Amino acid sequence: MHGFANPKRFLSLATWLTPLLLVGGLLIAGGALAWGLLFVPPDRLMGETVRILFLHVPAAWLGMGGWTAIAISSLAFLVWRHPLAALAARAAAVPGAAFTAICLATGSIWGRPTWGTWWVWDGRLTSMLVLLFLFFAYIALAQAAEREGVSERIPAIFGLLGAVNIPIINRSVVWWNSLHQPPSLTMGKSAIDAAFLVPLLFAVLGFSLLFGGVVLARMRALLADRQAEARLRRKAMEAPAFGQVRGVS
Amino acid sequence: MREALDQWDFVIAAYALGVGGTLAMAGWAWAAMVRAERRRDAAKRK
Repeated sequence: MHGFANPKRFLSLATWLTPLLLVGGLLIAGGALAWGLLFVPPDRLMGETVRILFLHVPAAWLGMGGWTAIAISSLAFLVWRHPLAALAARAAAVPGAAFTAICLATGSIWGRPTWGTWWVWDGRLTSMLVLLFLFFAYIALAQAAEREGVSERIPAIFGLLGAVNIPIINRSVVWWNSLHQPPSLTMGKSAIDAAFLVPLLFAVLGFSLLFGGVVLARMRALLADRQAEARLRRKAMEAPAFGQVRGVS
Repeated sequence: MREALDQWDFVIAAYALGVGGTLAMAGWAWAAMVRAERRRDAAKRK
């Protein structure tokens, strides 16, 4: 991991890995969604709406995965001062927020025909909404730190503290009464029939690759912005002052 | 009177939102990366 903290080494890897992850992710996720939409039978209880599973579950995992990536990168930045770790945390924020928003929106659409309501203020939905607000706060904080030249340690500490919400989201359906179903997939156990489970696993794989590709693209964009800024600043410092060129005293 | 709900309407709405959002995010990330790397290369040449 330490080896890839070098921006040059990171770029040599990310240059070919970014399109590979994006295209591979799009193909696998697209195939899994087509599979779920067209070839999976309707569920005994949920009927046709079970097809929303193939979007909702990967989005929920990647929303939580996005914050976990922020927390791990923030820890690496605070402990080892990796120059790319803070960048990786920032890069994971927008896709993490986007997948959290997709999870909440698809969940709400799914809730109407299955629960009879668009929204309930229960533990799972509320903690997921809190995660979305944490993403917004992190993005604003990281942008402000960059703009004002404040230490990147502040968003990194916020990224670590916000990780408290991840186990709360995970255990919310166990700790509190909820309309949301209890966990269907746990370590080594599945309550989901193979007809739904296989395309679901492909959807999770495809969306995860896509997420990785977006994070790499964001890291490359943020790194290129910093390099361009640094180069322009250096040029401005090297350029002779106006008075010196014209011989004005 | 109960309102009649067509389940497919909800499935299509969820897919349109999820797929549209995902594609928009991936396209935006790619375009922003290309733009930033062009700007960096232009700054190098100056």
